[in-house]
Amino acid sequence: MSVANGGGVSPVRSPLLVVLSSWLIPGGGYFLLGRRGRGLIVLLTVLTAFGLGRLMNGSLFVPGGNGFETNGRGALTATVQLPAQADVLSRLISYGGFVGDLASGLPYLISTALGYGPPDQASPSTDYGSKFLVAAGLLNILAIVDAYEIATRQKE
Amino acid sequence: MPLVLDHFTVAILFALFASIILGLVTKRSDRERLSYGLYCFGCFVLALFGIGWFMRLLHG
Repeated sequence: MSVANGGGVSPVRSPLLVVLSSWLIPGGGYFLLGRRGRGLIVLLTVLTAFGLGRLMNGSLFVPGGNGFETNGRGALTATVQLPAQADVLSRLISYGGFVGDLASGLPYLISTALGYGPPDQASPSTDYGSKFLVAAGLLNILAIVDAYEIATRQKE
Repeated sequence: MPLVLDHFTVAILFALFASIILGLVTKRSDRERLSYGLYCFGCFVLALFGIGWFMRLLHG
């Protein structure tokens, strides 16, 4: 008997439903498949990573946004939109970061709905926080794929 | 007041979260998951120290 499998055989579920629930609630797909242990571990891990990112004032990416510029005193300040002359790498980071953030599901949607925006001042801590917010989503993508494979019987 | 963590702590936390998920989604039994998770965590920490020393040597 496996703790991570919740000790039971996976009931057959719609893969689409599993993917959607896994995206919206991290670990949700596992719960639908009867794998409560796995679901709980994913939920706690993704929420902790996302929560730490928020506590560090990490910024959530918006497509084409999250550029930083210097103010008159030389300090970095956040801007919502990237400058028009932004290079390809900056744009890639911006859009990739947005996808990573979005993959967290409800934590991302609730944060944006409550008006959580970029930090007022750029700092190493806010940068770490941004990475944690993206990492939470990327880890959730791994869990979504795993739940999908279980739902489609490609994996036990 | 935002939470302020040093780079090392943040890197260790990231290694922990990534190792948990990688262990969970890749193996079949709980024992294999635990072993793989610990292996991944060890690799992250090793890389952290290795790259850290490499950068120190690079900068002199």
